[in-house]
Amino acid sequence: MPNRLLNVRQELTTRVRVVLTVLAFLLPLGVWSLVSYVPVIWGPMIKVTESGDVSWLKPGQLMDRHEFAAQVDKTIAEGKAPPAGKRANPIFLPAPHEVGRALYTAFTTKPVLKGDKWLHESIWTSIRTIFWGFVISSAVGVPLGILCGAFFSISRLTEPFVDFVRYMPAPAFGALMVAVFGIHLEPKVAIIVIGTFFQQVLVVANTVRKVDGGLLEAAQTLGARRRQLVLRVLLPASLPDLYNDLRILLGWAWTYLVVAEVVGVSSGITFFINQQAKYRNFDNVYAAILIIGFIGLTTDMALGFIGRRLFPWKDNRPSRLRNFIVRLFAARDICAFADKPLVVKA
Amino acid sequence: MNTTDHLPDYREQSPEVAARFAKIKERPVVLEIDHLGRQFAGEHGSVTALRDINLKIHRRELVCVIGPSGCGKSTLIRIVAGLDQATSGRLLVDGKEVSGPGPDRGMVFQGYTLFPWLTVTQNIMFGLEMQGRAKTSARSEAEQWADLVGLGRFKDNYPAQLSGGMKQRTAIARALAANPRVLLMDEPFGALDAQTRCQMQSHLLEIWRNVDVTILFITHDLDEAVFLADRILVLKANPGEVQEIIEVPVPRPRRIDQIHSPEFLATRRRLDELIHPKSEHPPEPLPIIRLTQAGDDVE
Ligand SMILES: Nc1ncnc2c1ncn2[C@@H]1O[C@H](COP(=O)(O)OP(=O)(O)O)[C@@H](O)[C@H]1O
Ligand SMILES: [Mg+2]
Repeated sequence: MPNRLLNVRQELTTRVRVVLTVLAFLLPLGVWSLVSYVPVIWGPMIKVTESGDVSWLKPGQLMDRHEFAAQVDKTIAEGKAPPAGKRANPIFLPAPHEVGRALYTAFTTKPVLKGDKWLHESIWTSIRTIFWGFVISSAVGVPLGILCGAFFSISRLTEPFVDFVRYMPAPAFGALMVAVFGIHLEPKVAIIVIGTFFQQVLVVANTVRKVDGGLLEAAQTLGARRRQLVLRVLLPASLPDLYNDLRILLGWAWTYLVVAEVVGVSSGITFFINQQAKYRNFDNVYAAILIIGFIGLTTDMALGFIGRRLFPWKDNRPSRLRNFIVRLFAARDICAFADKPLVVKA
Repeated sequence: MNTTDHLPDYREQSPEVAARFAKIKERPVVLEIDHLGRQFAGEHGSVTALRDINLKIHRRELVCVIGPSGCGKSTLIRIVAGLDQATSGRLLVDGKEVSGPGPDRGMVFQGYTLFPWLTVTQNIMFGLEMQGRAKTSARSEAEQWADLVGLGRFKDNYPAQLSGGMKQRTAIARALAANPRVLLMDEPFGALDAQTRCQMQSHLLEIWRNVDVTILFITHDLDEAVFLADRILVLKANPGEVQEIIEVPVPRPRRIDQIHSPEFLATRRRLDELIHPKSEHPPEPLPIIRLTQAGDDVE
């Protein structure tokens, strides 16, 4: 069996694929659970259960294991009642069930300060930031990338500069964007645009350049002109790859979210995370981070699902039935047309 | 080679064949290649790929170009298609000089180059739409073409779902639907298996008989050239020059069993002499090391 799993470039059966996908999530969860519920594995802290005669220790308090041991020795040496405690993990590593609970309670907990946002409001702000950043970037970046891919002159005129700006980290523009756009949503959207746009132009241009030149030649011999070569050949030919590019770039846009949201007045999910960390509600912090992951993964899966339906001609795993039918007719067809009378064209 | 010793001269034509050639020559010239040359700038000076090619193709004639690999066949047809530029000479279609690609010269490539995102019908419609035809009329004409090349049942299939022969029939229909004056074909059947190729050759002749089109067909397959062509332009390599233009004496309509006829064999032998000349220096034998055991001979 392990032998079969490690065949080079061999497709897996559906069952094996599903099992491996589930394992991909279960394994990290397992490690996390093990560390959380079996504190002896790691447990660098002690959770105090009884303070004994040490007045400054409170039950429930967390303390470094070695310091605690020293305190116990010292108390015994002084002839007083030593404190008691059990091994525990640091506060920044809550157990899975705590985070699981937080996934729900984080939404139902009222914000501590008046004016702070609920979690769902924070998430909505983040999604809006990403959405507008990505839409604005794509509205300019995709057409420009296509033009760069189609015309070498436009590519020469654009790409060297784009390449240059690409190396400037987007957060470096933070202060500038605040000066230009104020402190609310706009500078954050601008950071996402800066982070995405320049990559986008280059990626799209490259994808369009990869279109088989033979298709352009064929179209030309069929009478296609410049405009038609771009709109009727290059564009549809590269569309599935462009779609996938955009999926990947959307993922990049998410990675710019956190730096964008600390620009100006901190907002969105980043503000929520920072706020919760300040209150040391690390279960909520994990919950918020996981939610970003969920949103990203489900969007990507949804886009992938839609993509497979948008481009049926690109399906490299056609249904077995369709394959069978095509092959059946292909074999028969070779003999079929030989003595067939042809229609005379008027 | 004994069987070919009593073959007729390939230049002898039966009265019917001679009459047919006389008739062809009366038809107007559709494609004229006039003192055409092409040089490529290489690392060590320029390389002459084609030199002084002259050819006049008459309406509804089928001319094959044959020659060894690298003699410039593809370069020639690409220049005719307008996809490459000649460095000297002219190209005339219906007496008018042309440069750059255009729908008057349709092309079928060896690599199919079908649009993978379009179905068979949509591929065939492409040229019609480029010429500004309305979608509905383009579609109904494209469907007729699909029927004509025997792909009626596969109208709505994507190229990825077709066999090689079916792809090439779609490509032929796509080129013809755009109503070109000349159909250019660059080793269109080279990638097909022997059986399919043979079927495609008969099929092409049948289409050609029923459609008003002139064909310039590139091949390196001697049998294919003799089977298809009215005339065969034989190129030689380095530089690519015309060696001879042969009028094929095999009568039409062509049938597959004619490949054993004396005229066919005589023409084929002539092509063989031109393309594989008896060399004064036979190739040096390869330094083969014996890998089998002694006494294990196959000869
Ligand atoms: N773009 C090019 N640049 C330089 N040399 C070329 C180019 N295209 C073709 N050639 C040369 O021209 C000659 C003819 O090539 P080609 O027309 O492809 O031959 P064929 O189709 O007969 O096999 C070859 O020697 C090839 O190296
Ligand atoms: Mg070639």
